[in-house]
Amino acid sequence: MQTKKSLSAVLWLLLFVVLASFPWLATRAGEDFYIGVVIRIMIFAIAASSLNLILGYGGMVSFGHAAFFGLGAYTAGIAVVHGADNAWLVWLLAAAIGGTSALAVGYVATRTRGAYFIMITLAMGQLFYFLFVGLRQYGGDDGLRMSVRPALGLGLDIRSETVFYAVVLGWTVLMHLLLARLVRSRFGLALQAVRENEQRMGAIGYSTRQYRLIAFAVAGVMAGVAGALLAMHNQFVSPKLLHWSQSGTLMIMVVLGGMGRLHGGFLGAATLLLLEEVLSGYFSYWHIYVGAILLLVVMVSPDGLVGLGRLFRRKAAAPADAGRAP
Amino acid sequence: MGVLLLEQTLNGLQFSVTLFLIAAGLTLVFGVMNFVNLAHGSLFMVGAYFAAWFAGMLDSFWLGLLCALPATALVGLVIEVLVLRHLYAKDHMVHVLATFALILIFNDLVRIVWGPLPLPLDLPSGLASAIQLGPVPYSSFRLVIMLSGVLVGLLLWFLVTRTRIGMWVRAGANNREMAIAMGVNVKWLYTAVFTFGTVLSALAGVMLGPLVAVEAGMGDGVLILAFVVVVIGGIGSILGAAAGALIVGVVDTLGRTALPALLSATLPPAIASSLGSALGSMMIYLVMVLVLFWRPSGLFPANS
Repeated sequence: MQTKKSLSAVLWLLLFVVLASFPWLATRAGEDFYIGVVIRIMIFAIAASSLNLILGYGGMVSFGHAAFFGLGAYTAGIAVVHGADNAWLVWLLAAAIGGTSALAVGYVATRTRGAYFIMITLAMGQLFYFLFVGLRQYGGDDGLRMSVRPALGLGLDIRSETVFYAVVLGWTVLMHLLLARLVRSRFGLALQAVRENEQRMGAIGYSTRQYRLIAFAVAGVMAGVAGALLAMHNQFVSPKLLHWSQSGTLMIMVVLGGMGRLHGGFLGAATLLLLEEVLSGYFSYWHIYVGAILLLVVMVSPDGLVGLGRLFRRKAAAPADAGRAP
Repeated sequence: MGVLLLEQTLNGLQFSVTLFLIAAGLTLVFGVMNFVNLAHGSLFMVGAYFAAWFAGMLDSFWLGLLCALPATALVGLVIEVLVLRHLYAKDHMVHVLATFALILIFNDLVRIVWGPLPLPLDLPSGLASAIQLGPVPYSSFRLVIMLSGVLVGLLLWFLVTRTRIGMWVRAGANNREMAIAMGVNVKWLYTAVFTFGTVLSALAGVMLGPLVAVEAGMGDGVLILAFVVVVIGGIGSILGAAAGALIVGVVDTLGRTALPALLSATLPPAIASSLGSALGSMMIYLVMVLVLFWRPSGLFPANS
């Protein structure tokens, strides 16, 4: 077990080294295009990880998480339109808006459970979606264009793709470490216990709704930051970011990557976005393949791709075991 | 203003009736199997596609309708037996993801089979004109939609409250374990309920087909509205679906038309039009949140 743990740590360190040197490698290979792809993967990894906190660790099936992602993006867009020229300020605002709106939505949603929780988060998400579709002074249906990326200071030029890549990588690592700390803390353990048996946790004196609500708000903060990063990356925000199907996509990422697994968000975002990249290159109708893969995964493996791999190994091992039986 | 209001109210009622057709099937499946079916909107879309296809070949809207219903029922039956049946016992998140996957599959499948462009579906020839309702000329086809919705509502009421199958359905929704213990063949019942819900959704798709574009993804928006209806009405309750559909249909239509007009009387026009359209679309979700705040299991909870 100990060797397995350190092996995984080495693997993740290796991945970090690869990610950190990626822009240099891509530029060398003349494939600059893929720098943007990896930036998108990292941003969606943050958003999916934030959903993993409430979905995987908190057991709350939120079907409106894209709202906080999109709110963060619009916060950045609107701030820039009104002349905000400091990236740190934009991130702070996006985190605050994402967090407070998640607190408000969570206040209503955590009163409910099960199917009603799904439905109420879905409705709240659509509420925000239609808010931005209707706000014509911020582009309405057409979306909002940002003329500049807010400046980073520190003598760094954020307009450079490599610098922006480094910024997003920094945020990804930071959020990842934050999530790792959080789920191993007292709070995280209590949250997982509430997921397993809310009644028992209530009986031994935990105010379970508070734990769920705080997790919901923290996830909103993370999603808000991810949204602001995406807005800065695209220099464009569309209400589509808040649409319920986007919430579905984030959920797919978490489930593919593994619910309640620390690296589930990252793994899922990378898998789905790379899959889309590859499939859309070969087929004009590629959603059908994503759908088929997703259906297969949820029908046979509740544990995502990691679980799917284990399932195949077990299937392969089973005949050998049968042969050994007397 | 009065004429406009009357016309918009009629449109709202017609919208309510269509929503009821979709929500009735959804609430039955939700209530009886405790199954969250996002693919319900896809069946609505498949129904409309079949109708447009058959109507094009047979050169008659009504023959198209007649062929589309059993064809869509077959599609519903197949996905119930192949996929959904194996998921009822799993938790809601698995339902959401599996049926979301079905949406992706169906949206691309109709594009592959019928091409990326919307299919034309003409109004039935006798109903293309408007008839005079007091001071308002009103589409006779929309009136037929309303009539068919009311008839289906009555049929549902009869089936659910006056027949043996209806009794099983109510028993299944109220207390599944007890229904099983009393010898109801739940597996068969589930398939029947799902297929029946499919037919209702397909009917809504066919009737709405000539009024909207028959295209991939046409069921996605309507699906969310149907869920709002089901949740407002109370999961599993047909009466609740009717009440919810009425509320959502009328609030949505009036919110989009009357609210901007109302606001422009008090606010500067630029702000009023923007705020009005935003608020108008948000109205029904606000109503849903309020309803759930005061009555967490909807207006007519089925299990009370």
